Amino acid sequence: MSKNYLKLQFYSYPRNQAFARDAVAAFCLELNPSLSDISDVKTAVSEAVTNCTVHAYKDNCGMVTVECEIEDNKLHIKVSDQGAGIADIKKAVQPFYTSLPSDERSGMGFTIMQTFMDEFNVESVKGEGTVVYMSKSFKAEVENA
Amino acid sequence: MHVSGYVKDRTLYINLSGEMDECSSRDARTHCDKLIDENVAAKKIIINLSEVAFMDSTGIGFLIGRYKKANRINVPLYIQKPNFAADKILNLSGIYSLIPKAE
Repeated sequence: MSKNYLKLQFYSYPRNQAFARDAVAAFCLELNPSLSDISDVKTAVSEAVTNCTVHAYKDNCGMVTVECEIEDNKLHIKVSDQGAGIADIKKAVQPFYTSLPSDERSGMGFTIMQTFMDEFNVESVKGEGTVVYMSKSFKAEVENA
Repeated sequence: MHVSGYVKDRTLYINLSGEMDECSSRDARTHCDKLIDENVAAKKIIINLSEVAFMDSTGIGFLIGRYKKANRINVPLYIQKPNFAADKILNLSGIYSLIPKAE
């Protein structure tokens, strides 16, 4: 399978969360994903984009960039912002850790990204922004005889 | 996200439908809490998730929030019929030890 590439840029408005995850789900349809794989990708993207709304651009609005690349049977996703950044990534990725406990946040966002995708990495500079990398391999298509 | 409720045999049934994310959970939270406040005499509350087509970790925070609210008035809370994807997230969070699944 050849390469394919998608880049989405949008404001960190909460109403764009659904748009972003649906667009990525539609993009990876050419990999013939199972319903379970599609659901995993949608959820992981939703978590990453929601972090931009809730944490990176907490009290204002900023630009969120979602880039996807398909290479053979693998989907790479990069979600980046130029927002607040994360001071302590080790702490942030711990299950149930949230910097906003009063807001009914579960603190499970990064854990879900890690669990639902095959590869996960987050880079951040306080005051400059955050980049989340995720990738997932899809089973090669079985041709019908 | 649409929220509806009814009471049968002193059980408050809350049906959620649509997509549960950070954006949609805001109104759903208000509607749900209103239903709980209006039915404090209920002996249990069952939140039916069968019509929830998508849910991210917002759903965990949402359900724990409703659990705390129900707990303050001593009413047990149950989750009913999450779809495959919602069940995966809820299992991962360990939420079923607080809010068991109802048949």
